Amino acid sequence: MTSAVLKCCPVDVTVNRSLSTGKLHRVELLLQTKLAPGTLDVLLSKSFLCAPAVGVSNMIAKLAKICTLRISPDKLNFILSDKLASGGVSMWCELEQENFFSEFQMEGISAANNEIYLELTSENLSRALKTAQNARALKIKLTNKHYPCLTVSIELLSVSSSSRIVTHDIPVKVIPRRLWKDLQEPTVPDSDVSIYLPVLKTMKSVVEKMKNISNHLIIEANLNGELNLKIETELVCVTTHFKDLGNPPLASENASQARNPEQMAEVHIDIRKLLQFLAGQQANPTKAVCNIVNNKIVHFDLLHEDVSLQYFIPALS
Amino acid sequence: MPLLTQQIQDENDYSLVASLDNVRNLSTVLKAIHFREHATCFATKNGIKVTVENAKCVQANAFIQAGIFQEFTVQEESVTFRINLTVLLDCLSIFGSSPMPGTLTALRMCYQGYGYPLMLFLEEGGVVTVCKINTQEPEETLDFDFCSTNVVNKVILQSEGLREAFSELDMTSEVLQITMSPDKPYFRLSTFGNAGSSHLDYPKDSDLMESFHCNQTQVNRYKISLLKPSTKALVLSCKVSIRTDNRGFLSLQYMIRNEDGQICFVEYYCCPDEEVPESES
Repeated sequence: MTSAVLKCCPVDVTVNRSLSTGKLHRVELLLQTKLAPGTLDVLLSKSFLCAPAVGVSNMIAKLAKICTLRISPDKLNFILSDKLASGGVSMWCELEQENFFSEFQMEGISAANNEIYLELTSENLSRALKTAQNARALKIKLTNKHYPCLTVSIELLSVSSSSRIVTHDIPVKVIPRRLWKDLQEPTVPDSDVSIYLPVLKTMKSVVEKMKNISNHLIIEANLNGELNLKIETELVCVTTHFKDLGNPPLASENASQARNPEQMAEVHIDIRKLLQFLAGQQANPTKAVCNIVNNKIVHFDLLHEDVSLQYFIPALS
Repeated sequence: MPLLTQQIQDENDYSLVASLDNVRNLSTVLKAIHFREHATCFATKNGIKVTVENAKCVQANAFIQAGIFQEFTVQEESVTFRINLTVLLDCLSIFGSSPMPGTLTALRMCYQGYGYPLMLFLEEGGVVTVCKINTQEPEETLDFDFCSTNVVNKVILQSEGLREAFSELDMTSEVLQITMSPDKPYFRLSTFGNAGSSHLDYPKDSDLMESFHCNQTQVNRYKISLLKPSTKALVLSCKVSIRTDNRGFLSLQYMIRNEDGQICFVEYYCCPDEEVPESES
């Protein structure tokens, strides 16, 4: 596909006026565009709940400066591809479309490849959605204002009956088809040890202090429910021991039986990457698992109510 | 805390063992003297004194009496080592500087002796952190020879009375001039900055003035850059005693009440900057 030049169609909006006085602020999302070669024609039109969307966008903004938004009929994904460090996707965040939108329409490049990939500065999105925290309605559409934009229009509550509408234009880059292969859902590595994470707030304050002392951190865990965070410098060695965390049942039962439960699997990682991941976690997830492939990679798998997040930190060489 | 007891095999191996139910009773006081990276620690059976110095002109001492600790044993007459205070404070606050209400971090601190690291065992909610901080050759600390018999002037102030004055000191002034006198202006802080001079007077019958014992008019100047760090102690303290001796040396003693209501002291000594020219006094 040639570089995407967007030609915008007049947007056909049907504002959802079914708003009663209910507490949930319904939001309308509308995304429409047409690519010059006529390969992409998107129309999303749906309402969603503002508060969780603001939460997700804040989390993404903390995790990645620039991210990819993948739109498909069922799912939205925020993707961080870290080509330099690990040669793969380092963050994969997934939202079920129907948990956020009450109406949703899109058309991708073709019926077989019904997807849209956009690159955007995540902070722009979170800043735009921040306005929507107490909004009455919100629309998102893909527009072309000299360059492709995700246009977020927010209808704010006001004391008087007149409504105020705030519009944010977020510049986006439409990612051409040939680059999609770098943005596919990563395969979960076959881990040596899989363990439930401790309270993330405790973990975050520990890692924050460790970062003052060292750039590297060793994360190690075993099948006995023990997880250690370690730093070692010339000046000081600090180890924080978490225990009784529990281990989720491994996919390959045989592997876990063969492994000595006391034996640690460890990975040396960049402490800033771990802190970045932890800093993005405001609410405690319903499920949080850490998978360690000895000396290769650590994989965090978090499940929030409506969002799942996978985060990969490769071992330092 | 089974892990803690496991790792300390024999108490007698250690020249210093101290434990605390609330680590903040120690870390708060140490933060009050944290204006340089390194500190020297002296432990005797009475407690621990931690000393930080700068430019051979200012010295800060934090005293943590043995009674503050739930357990405190020193095997030798005195135990001395130098340590990186920044790292020590990061370790002591590893579970966060402002903990959730109702959770306390317990500390057990062990030092085996010269050449050994300082071991810290911290526990909060079943999570244990073990820190091994390498110690360094203790350096000789300054002796200010500040003797209470040589004290000429002394005032005790409620700290809140000085807090604002110190946080708003004109840092473009090189010196802070302290005037203490049995007559007006009694107690005056002056700065001489780019925007002009400023004088702040405390009348001796002010509510903030707990006690006022000035025998002789003294005007002394101190490098403001050396005194500014004492603001850290000031904000934590409830009372401050300000004394000068016959050489113009300054002693600031801060009384700090910890979360359990116990009292600790932090003390700053500072040399005067120069003789005040006659014409200005």
